[in-house]
Amino acid sequence: MLELKAISVAFPSAGGAEAGIQAVRDASLTVQRGEVFGIVGSSGAGKSTLLRCINLLERPRSGQVLLGGTDLTLLPPRELRLERQRIGMIFQHFNLMHTRTVWDNAAFALKVAGRSRAEIRRRVPEILALVGLSDKAKAYPDQLSGGQKQRVGIARALANHPDLLLCDEPTSALDLETSASILGLLKEINQKLGLTIVIISHEMAVIKAVCDRVAVMDNGRIVEQGAVYDIFARPGHPFTRELVERTFNLDLPERHLNAINGTLLKILFLGDKAETPVLFEAAWRHGVAVNILHGKIEYIGDRAIGLLVVSLTGAAAQVGEAVAFIRANTERVEVLHG
Amino acid sequence: MADLPGLLPDLLNAFKETFLMLGVSTGFAVAFGVPLGFFLFITQRRLFWENRAANLIGNFLINLIRSVPFVILLVLLLPLTQLLLKTTIGPQAASVPLSVAAIAFYARLVQGSLCEVDPGVIEAAQAFGAPPFMIIRGVLFREALPGLLRGLTVTIISLVGYSAMAGIVGGGGIGDLAIRFGYYRYQTGVMVVTVIALVILVQVIQVLGDYLARRADIKAK
Repeated sequence: MLELKAISVAFPSAGGAEAGIQAVRDASLTVQRGEVFGIVGSSGAGKSTLLRCINLLERPRSGQVLLGGTDLTLLPPRELRLERQRIGMIFQHFNLMHTRTVWDNAAFALKVAGRSRAEIRRRVPEILALVGLSDKAKAYPDQLSGGQKQRVGIARALANHPDLLLCDEPTSALDLETSASILGLLKEINQKLGLTIVIISHEMAVIKAVCDRVAVMDNGRIVEQGAVYDIFARPGHPFTRELVERTFNLDLPERHLNAINGTLLKILFLGDKAETPVLFEAAWRHGVAVNILHGKIEYIGDRAIGLLVVSLTGAAAQVGEAVAFIRANTERVEVLHG
Repeated sequence: MADLPGLLPDLLNAFKETFLMLGVSTGFAVAFGVPLGFFLFITQRRLFWENRAANLIGNFLINLIRSVPFVILLVLLLPLTQLLLKTTIGPQAASVPLSVAAIAFYARLVQGSLCEVDPGVIEAAQAFGAPPFMIIRGVLFREALPGLLRGLTVTIISLVGYSAMAGIVGGGGIGDLAIRFGYYRYQTGVMVVTVIALVILVQVIQVLGDYLARRADIKAK
C-alpha cells in the first residue's frame, strides 16, 4: 500500500555551503495494508525525517513516495492536501491547539476535509469514545495529562477515517505505564479497524510491543528490515545486534566475570526450542552441573526468544560434550569464558 | 492654580481629539498591521509562501518607518497628509502619520506573536492537509490571539504617547493640552490634571487589554 523508493533527504548545512547534512540516504521500504510497520534507530539516524517524507512534510531530494500506486511527490499542492487528508499523524509532543477544546481538536481533520456540521457532530463523540475521552470533550489540552493529550492526538488523526496512520515517537514523552496504554490503544486500533500504521521509535521495546515488521536505521540508511521476530532472533547488522542486546539487557555483575569456575555460555533459543528442557538433558546425559546466572524469555507475538547465561562445571571432556549437545539443540551458543 | 473648572471644556475637547486619533490609527493598525505581520511571518518561514525578496522588502519598510522618530515622521508625511485630506492641520491630519507609525509598530508585534505559535501545531495542520488560508485563520490567528491582543494594548499605549506630539500639526489631544497650557503657559495645575488624565487613560487601556488577552488565552485559566 505504501512504498518508499530510494528516498534521499539532505539538509543545507549551517554554513549554507553545498555539502549539507545527508539525513536520509537511499532508503526504500514497503508497508503492507493492515500491518504495523516500525522504523527504529538512535536519535539523529534520520527516522523522523523519513517518516515526514511519507506525507511530504519533508520533501526528499530524490526518490518516490508511492501511496496506493500514486507518487505523492508528483502531485500539485491541492491534490497533495487531499491525499494528506487520508493520512493521519500523531506526534511526540502531541501538537494540539492550546486555544481549542478537546472536541475542537478532534474535529480539526474533519473540518479540513470539509465535512458537514452534522457529520462532525456525529463523528466526534464516536472517536472520543474510541480513545476513552468522552468525558473530556469540553476540556482544554493544557488541563490534560500527557497520555490524555496523546489520546486526543489519536482521535484527531483517526477522525477522518484515514488509510494510514503515521506515528512520530508517540510515546517518547510519556512515562512507562502511559506508554504501554497508548501502544495498547494503537494495537487495538490496528486490529479493530485494520488501519495501517507506521511508527518510529528509538526503543526496541516499542517495536516489540506493536510492530509486525521493522526497518532499522543507522546514520541515514536502512541497514536491515524484516519481521520483528526475525530481527530480534537473528539480527544481521552490528547496529541491530547492539539494539537487541540492549533490549535483552543481559549484563552480568563484575564478580561473576572475574570469579568464574567452569564454562560460561550465552545460549539463544528460538521458537519451540525455547520451550524444551535442553539444559536439563545436557546435565543429565553428560553429568555436568548447570547453573543459570541470567536469562530472559521474550514472546513476540506468540513465539518465544530465550536468552540464557549459564555456567557448566564438571570434567573437561564432559563439559565439551555438553556444550556440543546444547549447540546442536539451540539456535546459537556463544562461549563467554572457558 | 489655574482656573480648573474653566479648563473642563478644553479637557473634554482634548479627550475627544485624542480618542479620534487613537481610534483612527488603531483601526488602521489592525486593518493593515495584522495582514502585514502575517505577511512577514509567512514569507520568512518554510511554510507555504516563503519568499525572501518579499520578506526583505517588508522588513526594510517597517524598519524604515520605525527608525524615524515620530516627531520627524509627522513632518515628513505632511505631503501625504495633504494629498489624502487636502489639509495638514487638525486631529484628522495627525491621524495619518499616527496610522503609518501604528501599522509598522503593530505589524512587528504581530510577527512576534506568530513566531511564538508552536511550530508543531502548524505542522500538524499541514499534515492533515489544511489549506494555507485555513492554517492562517484557524490555527495561526487562533493560537496567536492572546499575543495579538497584548501587542495591540502596547500599540495603543504607545499611540497615546505619540499623539502628544500631534500638537505640532495642530492635532490637539490631551498631550498637546498639557504642553500648551502646562508648559508654554506655566500652568502647572493643567499639567498635573492632564497627566493624571493620561495615567488613567493608559491604566484603563492596559486593564482592558489584559482582560481581553486573558479571556482569549485559555491556557492561563
